[in-house]
Amino acid sequence: MIETVNWHSCFFLLFALVGCVSAVAVVVTGNIVRMACWLVTALAAVAGLFFLAGADFLGAVQLMVYVGGTMVLLVFGVMLTARGPFVSMKTGGGQWILAIVVGGALLTVLLQAALSIPDWNAPGREQVQTEAAPPTATRLGLGLMGIPVDRLQERNAKWQSGMSGQLLAFEIISIHLVVVLVGAAYLARAKRRIEPQPARIADAEVSQVPG
Amino acid sequence: MAEFLASVLSPAWLAYTIAALVQCALLLVMALASAAVGIWLERKIAARIQDRLGPTRVGGRFGWLQPPADGIKLLCKEDIIPAAADRPLFRLAPYVSFCATFCLFLALPFANDWVALRLDAGAFFLLAVAGLEVFGVILGGYASGSKWSLYGAMREAAQVVSYEIPLALCVVVPVLITGSMDLVEIGNRQAGWFYQWYLFHDPFTFVTFWVYVTCAVASTNRAPFDLPEAESELVAGFLTEYSGFRWVIFFMAEYAAMFVVSGLGAVLFLGGWNGPIPIASLLGLGGDPHSVAGWIGNLLGMCNFIIKAMTGVTFMICLRWTLPRLRIDQVMTTCLKYCVPLASAMLAGVMVWTFLFPGGVIAEVRKSLSAVERPSSPAVERPSSHVVDSWSPSILAADRLAGAGRSDRLAADGTSALYAERWPTCRRPLDSQFPPQQHTSEGWR
Repeated sequence: MIETVNWHSCFFLLFALVGCVSAVAVVVTGNIVRMACWLVTALAAVAGLFFLAGADFLGAVQLMVYVGGTMVLLVFGVMLTARGPFVSMKTGGGQWILAIVVGGALLTVLLQAALSIPDWNAPGREQVQTEAAPPTATRLGLGLMGIPVDRLQERNAKWQSGMSGQLLAFEIISIHLVVVLVGAAYLARAKRRIEPQPARIADAEVSQVPG
Repeated sequence: MAEFLASVLSPAWLAYTIAALVQCALLLVMALASAAVGIWLERKIAARIQDRLGPTRVGGRFGWLQPPADGIKLLCKEDIIPAAADRPLFRLAPYVSFCATFCLFLALPFANDWVALRLDAGAFFLLAVAGLEVFGVILGGYASGSKWSLYGAMREAAQVVSYEIPLALCVVVPVLITGSMDLVEIGNRQAGWFYQWYLFHDPFTFVTFWVYVTCAVASTNRAPFDLPEAESELVAGFLTEYSGFRWVIFFMAEYAAMFVVSGLGAVLFLGGWNGPIPIASLLGLGGDPHSVAGWIGNLLGMCNFIIKAMTGVTFMICLRWTLPRLRIDQVMTTCLKYCVPLASAMLAGVMVWTFLFPGGVIAEVRKSLSAVERPSSPAVERPSSHVVDSWSPSILAADRLAGAGRSDRLAADGTSALYAERWPTCRRPLDSQFPPQQHTSEGWR
């Protein structure tokens, strides 16, 4: 009996359920740190779905970028918003209605799109078992280096060449990130232009010397 | 192992379940044993450095039963949750910390192909999960409802988030030399004598290793970077309000993280399971990990790996009892003014070096001394209907550079073939003793 169970589907349902329940809990919870906790659970469940699908690199990226990013969000949430020990936030009625309308509309569109594709409706058992998960990192890396991995299976040699992979997008994103980092460092730098006040600095230095 | 059990036991699901349970139990034992041995070592080394004896009586000699005795004592302590605490988060935090550390053991290879989950992006996975351990600390510090705890947690967040960057830059260096993020592949590339280790690959990797050591100590919150739990300022930092079993879990997570970080350093820079002297391959052991000889060779390799990792742990313990604690501005200066620029410069240097001398220092010296003909690697039969090979980069390399005739030999080698094709000296003579491993989907079942 146990062999008839489709374990991929079971784990998919498990992770999906965890993700959905935590996503709802993020919205419902009032305390900002608990909110961030539920967000971490939801994002980690998505990472679990990626690992289940054999996309280990994408799963690791999800953990690194989103779950790790939420942690920084949590730190800033605590540092910037907490006046008392445990702050809870109230959401107004108008915001609830607006959020439900927008979120519901998006959900409707996504559900309709997902259900209209025949391949996504209940994959057959044989299909699930034969599709072994190939390692993904090499392929991604080659794609980012500009080698068209998608086209390698083309029998016609003409179609294999001439594609540039994802090199251009990769370069644009890299330069964009560098610009953002330099900008952040520029904004956060110590302002040296303001004229120094020698008397006060000398006082402070003197007062720091013990004895 | 799952395949072996499946051939013996009749229902396949039972075999796979047992295989999974055995692997989980082994990893849990590994994590807890490393914590126990670490705590014992800490006590003994601290005592010796302070001119004491440390535990001597528990268990007869050397106090070797001290960790279980400590554990029983801590289990008997009262479990206190402060009235001001956020109770569910306070309870949850130690488990988050320990689970993140335990997940690190999943992708840490102990010997050639002896890894619970062989991931194609293993090094990246380890980095990603190592960042999650902080989450438990921040959660615990916040949920304690105490100012000491909150200060400790914030310091931890600032420190770990900063040190993740140079740590990742250091991990990139061996990945760059190998051309793969698979930790098993990285370890196998360093097979042979100790001068094949990436530590001695070139001057840049040598410096990178010490930057890695600094960042690894900082990322585990050990002294001299133990600001989050600075006893003299913050009582015990994020641990202030924890007692009994929850405190033990935090503590075990810290020691297990020390082991993992040392083990990762051993795989990346110190040859992993390949000893200073290749005893296993000199005796004719090694090779295919599924044969008996390969199994014994792997066992020796695992001993090698554990010795290296425990040496790293010992080094961190000695460091803790030798150096004074840094101030927070000194911690940030070490990271942002020294570690990050140094790691970036080393990364650039290694790029140039691998481009100019692809075989490393030793290979260059050897090549200049004598042009010994390299033994050609044996042809590995490629399974005809293997999903992995249908897009393999080696086919690309062969088709573009050499021609279709050589693709069969190269196909099994994965990424390294691409490099081998362009820079033939990159392949070491000893590569032929370690036929490249096919990726199996065992980990996913």
